Amino acid sequence: MGERYLLRGNEVIAEAAIRAGCQCYFAYPITPQGELVEHMARHMPRLGRTFIQAESEVAAISMVYGAAAAGVRTMTSSSSPGISLKQEGISYIAGSNLPAVIVNVVRGGPGLGNIAPSQCDYFQAVKGGGHGDYHMIVLGPSTVPEAGELTMLAFELADRYRTPVMILADGLLGQMMEPVELPESLELSKLPQKPWAATGAKGRDPNIILSFDLSPENLKRMNLELQAKYAEIRKNEVRWEEMDTADADIVVVAYGSIARIAKTVIRMARAEGIRLGLFRPITLWPYPYEPLRDLADRVHTILTVEMSAGQMWEDVRLAVAERAASPFYGEMGGVVPTPNGILSEVKKYAR
Amino acid sequence: MERSVVIAGFGGQGVILAGKILAQAGMSHGLEVTWLPSYGPEMRGGTANCTVILSDQPIGSPIVDEPSAVIALNLPSLDKFEPTVAKKGILLVNRSLIARDVKRKDIVSHAIPINDIAAQVGNLRTVNMVALGAYVKATGVVPLDAVKRAMAAAMRDGGKEKLVEINEKALDAGYAAIP
Amino acid sequence: MPVDTARMTKVFSRPQSLTEAHFTYCPGCHHGLITRIIGQTIDELGIAERTIGIAPVGCAVFAYLWYRCDALQVAHGRASAVATGLKRARPDRIVFSYQGDGDFASIGTAESIHAANRGENITVIFVNNQIYGMTGGEMAPTTLVSQRTTTTPEGRDPATTGYPIRFSELLAQLDAPVYITRQALYDTRRIMDCTKAIKKAFQNQVDGKGYSLVEILSTCPTNWHMSPLQANEHVATTVTKVFPLGDLVNKGA
Repeated sequence: MGERYLLRGNEVIAEAAIRAGCQCYFAYPITPQGELVEHMARHMPRLGRTFIQAESEVAAISMVYGAAAAGVRTMTSSSSPGISLKQEGISYIAGSNLPAVIVNVVRGGPGLGNIAPSQCDYFQAVKGGGHGDYHMIVLGPSTVPEAGELTMLAFELADRYRTPVMILADGLLGQMMEPVELPESLELSKLPQKPWAATGAKGRDPNIILSFDLSPENLKRMNLELQAKYAEIRKNEVRWEEMDTADADIVVVAYGSIARIAKTVIRMARAEGIRLGLFRPITLWPYPYEPLRDLADRVHTILTVEMSAGQMWEDVRLAVAERAASPFYGEMGGVVPTPNGILSEVKKYAR
Repeated sequence: MERSVVIAGFGGQGVILAGKILAQAGMSHGLEVTWLPSYGPEMRGGTANCTVILSDQPIGSPIVDEPSAVIALNLPSLDKFEPTVAKKGILLVNRSLIARDVKRKDIVSHAIPINDIAAQVGNLRTVNMVALGAYVKATGVVPLDAVKRAMAAAMRDGGKEKLVEINEKALDAGYAAIP
Repeated sequence: MPVDTARMTKVFSRPQSLTEAHFTYCPGCHHGLITRIIGQTIDELGIAERTIGIAPVGCAVFAYLWYRCDALQVAHGRASAVATGLKRARPDRIVFSYQGDGDFASIGTAESIHAANRGENITVIFVNNQIYGMTGGEMAPTTLVSQRTTTTPEGRDPATTGYPIRFSELLAQLDAPVYITRQALYDTRRIMDCTKAIKKAFQNQVDGKGYSLVEILSTCPTNWHMSPLQANEHVATTVTKVFPLGDLVNKGA
């Protein structure tokens, strides 16, 4: 086992981004992801890389657009209200086929809301918060070590598919500390080549980065190419975890922080003779519809637990259809469901 | 076995740091740990708390309904967290600042004059280490030496190496305060 | 008399840095002239292979088509922020943004000011024609008092819409910019001056000096409802009274 460090989720995402070869990071401070910005401010300049505290979230994501177009690994991070401001840029990044990583350490909403943990930005992340027919790959880490692993993966997927990738975390994951083994730093010289990037047209035709075509026929073609890419991502990149589902009668579906709380609930439920399992989507887009559908055939109840009014629940019901009962338990406003709270919900459906 | 503790007090009493040091000591001792702070406006003046879990198994929820121990450094913390302590759990109460008795009869409670001990040690800001020393003695969850090493590392990281000695004394004094 | 072209010397040609694509601009509009001057400048400095242009939203949205160099088309108002990201990622490349008055001085106000304030080593071409050409002749932040536009049909009334904003003067208050100038193109002398200014703004970047801005008072005969000649005359006699020509910042001149 390598050396373990006790670090916050926010710090681990920042450090993993550095180790993934992020060369340009742009952000505007907001709680509860301040430590992420501060970690980058401390370490990026020391490594000869770019840190800019942007004048706004809008500017930060636009700087990401520029750095991504120039062919370097780049990232921005924020929390809910700031992510709303980034939607314009995310749409342009998706439309221009640019790779970029966006971190949302979600807090209570809507509006200014509060700074407590929440999962209320699920729709915005997975259904396309900006304008146009686009998707981001959305990764939902559940532990601090996984936040680091998925940050590394986010850069890899962004480059592979030339697409924005979002890390959808929450205030709890951002703030808590856990032992973590940090990933090896990638060598910048070994990162994927980007012959499409705007680096100066030396010995080749100009590269043009855009999300624009006045001709409906041409724009339709650009859209079809995007959709073909999304089909490829759906085929290759669906990720999920199951725990104790083999003999389960009831399964909790949860992602992120709630999924790890649910793991404690499984232990408690099984101690009381309730055969409870967990289904945890890791990719929230593309969503693991098929494995969840298969699971629905084997259990009587699929209980969705979220820190929202039931946003992911819509995807769960799309997967489950009528194959199993599909109730919902959620908390909002920054209230975090506790193990006891979830257990008492589970007991309502135990037979 | 999973042991959890909520350390709670006024902002400025060092509860967040005490939790970090405990978590660091647990990790160095080979345990799985989680550390979860209360954050935001609470940090600035009101009450602050953090939850630390130490376990020999992977930890699921970093949130606990019924912590196996609570350290209450002020009255609001006692009022808030006394009802949550697990049955047969441990409650450490700062007698220096809390006049009332513990109400629960199904837990083990220790009322210690933590501020007075810190003053005797020579620095009131070592309240958190006195409390942590007492907690380590009362629970035996990690060796006191592991906590001392974690504390020294934390002081060094914060550029406060000269405070290592007095904080060691505070840990010892807290440890000695539990029979 | 037949002309023997073989014996003639070619004294004027299309800049190498411009493509063969036809401009989409209206007759008499200065955008084409500015585009040409930029192309000529890129040629003269020999930087085409390391230059990246940034096209805005507005009449110049197709700017990426005209230059024989890498280019980006970006969101309305964000060109200076995108230029920042691009330049920081590739400090040895030459990055210029081409922005209209709505882009630079209205929707991109924050991005424009802060890129200038950071002293980004970029070149900004700010085309001020006092109107929103592409969307149909609406009011710009630089529209003159009493000027009729499709959103100020009775003329711009300062009581409800404020005054034409002198954005270059605002930026000139900052410590970081090395070159801020306002130029025009209504006669040969101004075209020569503007050409020199654009070259200086690019040369500054090549030399690593920092932020350079060339504001150009441009015409919009179509939406001003004037002939090209009337439009030139209007700039010379009226617009320059509100937006005086000349250097506002010229460090190390």
